[in-house]
Amino acid sequence: MASVSAHELAKKQKEISVAEFFERNKHILGFGNQTRALITSVKEGVDNGLDACEEANILPDIYVEIKNHEDGECRIIIEDNGPGVVKKQIPHIFGRLLYGSRFHAIRQSRGQQGIGISAVVLYGQLTTGKHAKIISKVETDRPAVVNEIAIDTNKNRAEVISRDTIHWDKPTGTRVEISIMADFKRGKRFVYDYLQSTSIVNPHAQIIYKEPDGTEHIFERTSEVLPRKAVEIKPHPYGVELGTLIKMAKHTKARQLNSFLKTEFSSMGDRTTNMAIEKAGLEKNLNPKEMTREQFLALHKAFKKVKIMAPSTDCLSPIGETLIKRSLKHETQEISPEFIITASRPPSVYSGNPFQVEVGLVYGGNLPKEESVKILRFANRVPLLYQQGGCVITQAISSIDWRRYGLTQPSGKGIPTGPAIFITHVSSTLIPFTSESKEAIADVPEIENEIKLAFRECARKVQQHINKKVRRAKTREKFDLITRILPEIAKKSAHMLGKPVPPLDPIITKIMDVVWIEDLIEYESVKREPVQTTLTENQPEQKEGVITKSQIMIVNYKHTPQKFNLYAVIPQDAVVGTVSPKPSKITNNYIKWNLDTIPPANKIDIVFELAGLSKGDFDENDLYIENINPTYVIGADKWEGD
Amino acid sequence: MNKDYSEVINKIDMVATKIYNDFQKADIPSLDLPTRTKANIKFDDNLSVWKYGKNTTQRNAKSLDGAYMLLRTMYMADFIKEMIKIKKSSTLREMYYISEGWDLAKFHSQNESNLLAEDLEVITGCMREDFKLRPEEDGARVIGNLTIEEVTRNNTKKKIHCQDDVGDAGYSIPYNVEPEKITFKGIDADFIIAIETGGMFDRLVENGFDTSNRAILVHIKGQPARSTRRFIKRLSKEKNIPVLVFTDCDPWSYRIFASIAYGAIKTAHISEYLATPSSQYLGVTPSDIQNYDLPTDTLSKEDIHALKSELTDPRFQDSFWKQEIKLQLKIGKKSEQQALAKYGLDYVTDTYLPEKLAEMGLFKK
Repeated sequence: MASVSAHELAKKQKEISVAEFFERNKHILGFGNQTRALITSVKEGVDNGLDACEEANILPDIYVEIKNHEDGECRIIIEDNGPGVVKKQIPHIFGRLLYGSRFHAIRQSRGQQGIGISAVVLYGQLTTGKHAKIISKVETDRPAVVNEIAIDTNKNRAEVISRDTIHWDKPTGTRVEISIMADFKRGKRFVYDYLQSTSIVNPHAQIIYKEPDGTEHIFERTSEVLPRKAVEIKPHPYGVELGTLIKMAKHTKARQLNSFLKTEFSSMGDRTTNMAIEKAGLEKNLNPKEMTREQFLALHKAFKKVKIMAPSTDCLSPIGETLIKRSLKHETQEISPEFIITASRPPSVYSGNPFQVEVGLVYGGNLPKEESVKILRFANRVPLLYQQGGCVITQAISSIDWRRYGLTQPSGKGIPTGPAIFITHVSSTLIPFTSESKEAIADVPEIENEIKLAFRECARKVQQHINKKVRRAKTREKFDLITRILPEIAKKSAHMLGKPVPPLDPIITKIMDVVWIEDLIEYESVKREPVQTTLTENQPEQKEGVITKSQIMIVNYKHTPQKFNLYAVIPQDAVVGTVSPKPSKITNNYIKWNLDTIPPANKIDIVFELAGLSKGDFDENDLYIENINPTYVIGADKWEGD
Repeated sequence: MNKDYSEVINKIDMVATKIYNDFQKADIPSLDLPTRTKANIKFDDNLSVWKYGKNTTQRNAKSLDGAYMLLRTMYMADFIKEMIKIKKSSTLREMYYISEGWDLAKFHSQNESNLLAEDLEVITGCMREDFKLRPEEDGARVIGNLTIEEVTRNNTKKKIHCQDDVGDAGYSIPYNVEPEKITFKGIDADFIIAIETGGMFDRLVENGFDTSNRAILVHIKGQPARSTRRFIKRLSKEKNIPVLVFTDCDPWSYRIFASIAYGAIKTAHISEYLATPSSQYLGVTPSDIQNYDLPTDTLSKEDIHALKSELTDPRFQDSFWKQEIKLQLKIGKKSEQQALAKYGLDYVTDTYLPEKLAEMGLFKK
C-alpha cells in the first residue's frame, strides 16, 4: 500500500469558502427555511439599525419595508436614522462575515457574533444572485453614498460593484436593500410580531413597517429617553475560558503576572490577585507571555477557589419597570387589560457574566381565557421568536404554580392557561444562547432562579392586586350601606312610630369595623419644564410635562382611636414634589408618614405629587401600613420592610 | 264589612319597634323569620297540613342585601298602615308600581315585592288580606249544583246558583272568599273536582259531567291562586264534601296537587287556611299512562330534576307518590289530561273518570 504523502494531502486541504460554510450552517444561522430567512433578515437589519442609533445617542427611527414578488423573491428595505457608515467601512460591514467591533467588547449589545447583516447579504446573493444596495449618509451637509455590494465567497471579501452619490433628505442614516428568496405569506405574522415585540422592549424607538400590499404599521415611541449606555467591562476571572486566558496573556502589555491579572480583568484587586497566584502555586513576577499551558491551567483552576467580587453591573442596560409598563400599556391598548404588573431583579452574575432579569405580566381584558398564556421572551432587547420550549425562561415559568393566581395549570406545572401575557427580558454581557441562531437561552441555574424570583414577585403583586380589589368591593358595599341605606331605615322606623330619629354612629362603626383608605390619582399638565429626570446628555426637547397627584383619604371606622404608619411606594424614577402632611421619611422607593392618632369616625387627608413621569405611569397607589393589625385596614397591606 | 284593623296595626308597629330599638341599643338592626324552603316544612299533626319548622333566617343590616330588605320592609309596613288609615286597598302589582317612588327601597321586580309581602305575613302572622293587599289574579271558575251568596260591591247580598245563574264559563271566584264576602248556601253534589286545564274543564262542562255525576267542577287555572285554594278549602270543610284533583301527568302538576292538599312551601305560614288535607289525587298518574296507553312526551331535563326533587320533598313521602314518581322516572314519559281524547271526546266522562272514581270508591251508579 502506497503511503500518501503530506504534500498530496495538502492539495486537498483548501480553505472552505464562506459560501460553503454558510450553506452547511444555514440552519444554525437562522436561514433554515424561507420563512425563517425572512424573519432573520428583518431582525438582523433592525438590530443593526437600533445598535447604530444608540451608539450615536440618537433616538432610533426605523423604517422597514418588504416588497414581495410572486416568484418568492422579497426585497427587504431597512432604514435607520443612525450616524451612517463611512465609505471605507461599508464593504467590511456589509460584505464580510464575522467582522464587527462588537465581537471583542464585553458589554450588553444586541448582536454578539458579528454574523449579522453580512449573512443576509450573502443569503440574498446565494438565493437570488442579486447584489445588496447600501445607502449611507454620515454628514448632514454632504450627499449620501450608494453602494452595490457583492461578496466574493472564496475570499470572504466584499466586492463593490458600483458606487455613486445621491441626495438624501435624512440628516444621517443607513438604508439597506437586499433581495432574498423568502416566504412572505407564511412569515408575515412573524415579522409583525417581531417588530411589535421589539417595540415593547425598545420604548425609545419608533418603528414603521410597510407591508407589500401597502399596509403601514406604526409602532410609536413611548419614551424620549435613550437607554443608559452600556459600559464596556473587562472579563471577569470566573467567566474566562482557558483559551481566552492564554490568548489574553499573549497579547498583554503587562510584564508580570500580578499586573496582568490586575489590569486585564475586572474585580481583581491586590488581595484577590495575590490569593489567586498563591492558590495556583505560581510566582507573581512571572512573565505572562512565557507561561506554560500547565501554569495557565493551574491559574484557571485557582480563580474558582478564590472569592472574587462580582463584576460591576453598569455594563448592563435594563429597560426599567416604568418603561416596560408604559410600553406594554401602549402596545396592549386594544386588549384593554385589567392590569399590568412588572418586577425587576437586581443585577446578578453567572460564571463571571453580569446579567439582570426584568419581567412583566399583562392580565385580563380581551385576552383569550382558554388558551395557554402568551410568553414573550427577550434577550438584550431582542425578541426571541423560536424554540420557546427549549428556553430557560419557559422552564422557569413552567416550574411556578400559577393556580393561586387565577390561571389554570394542570398539576401546578407547565405553561399555564388563562388571559395573560408573560414578558421576560434578560440582559447580559453574554447571553448564554443554546445555539448560534440565538433563539433560546440555555439552562443556566442562576438565570433560571432569577427569572423565578422575578415572576414570584410579580405573582405576589397580582395576588395583592386581586385581594385588594375584592376587599375594596366588599367594603365599598358596606360603605354604600351605611351612608345611604342605614339612615333611611332609621328614619322610616322613627317616622312610623312618631319618635325622634335614633343615633347612627355606634352602629356605623359596628358594621364597618375597619380603617378605610381610599385613594385617587390625577394628572396635571404643566407648561414649565419638569424636574430633570435623566442624566443623558442627548435629552430631546422637553414636551409638556405632567405632575402626578395622589390623594389619599383615611377614615377610622373602628370604635377605638387608631395610630399607625403609612407608606406609599413610588417609582424610582419619580421626583417627589409637594407632600402633605409632612412625611417622616422620603426615599427613592417610598414616602413614609407617622400619622397622628385618628379618633373614631374621623379622617385624615394625604396628598403627594410626583414629577418626571408620563401620564399613566403611576396609575395605582401602592400603600402599606405598619403598627396596626392589617386585617383592620382596607386599601393597604402590611409593610414588610424595605 | 268594617273589619277591625287595630290588631294588624299593632303587629306592623311591632316590626318598626324592633328595628327602632335595635338602633337605640346600638345593635345591628335585624329581623328573624322562618326559613321558607323545602328543608324547613314540618307536618302539623293538629292541623293536618305542612307548616314551617323551627329554622329561622335572620335579615340584618350587616350586608347590603339584608339592609335593602329591612328598608323595603319598613317602607311596605308604612304603606300598609297608610292604606288602612285611608281605607283603601291595592293589588300587589299596584304596590310594586307605587314602590317606584320609594327611592332606595324600590323593587326591581314584582316577584321581589310579592315575596316581601309574604315575608311580612310570616313576620307578623297576619294575612295578605289584613294588609289590604290583593292579587290581580282572576279567580278560578266553578260549575255545579251549588248556591253562593256574595256581598257585591254595592253592598247588597246576591244569591248565585252555579249552574242556573251562570253561563258555560261558570261562576268566577273573587279574590276575597272570606265569610264577609261569600257564604255557601245550598249544595247537592258528591265531590269537587279541581281541574288543571281549561280545555278539560270545558270538556267536562260540555259533556254535562256536573249533572250526570253530581260533581262541582272547579277550574284551578294551573297553580291555583290563594283564593281558589281557600274557596275549595272552605267549601270542602263547611259542606263536608271530598276534593279530587285532576291534572296533567308531570312533576309540576303534582306540585299543584300538593299545594291544594298539603299547602305550598311559599305559603306554609297560612297552610291551615289554604290547604285541604283530605284532597285526593285523581289523575293522570304515571300508572294511567301505562294502563290507558296514553300518548306521551319524553321527560325533559327539568322534568327529571323536578321529579327527583319531589322524591326528597317531605310532602311526597307516602308510598303512593314514591311509587308513581319512581315509575315515571323509569318510563321517562309524561302526558296531558287531554291525551285521553285519543279514545274519543266522551271517553274521559264515560270511561276514564267513572273507572277512576270507582277505584277511589266514590262512583255510585
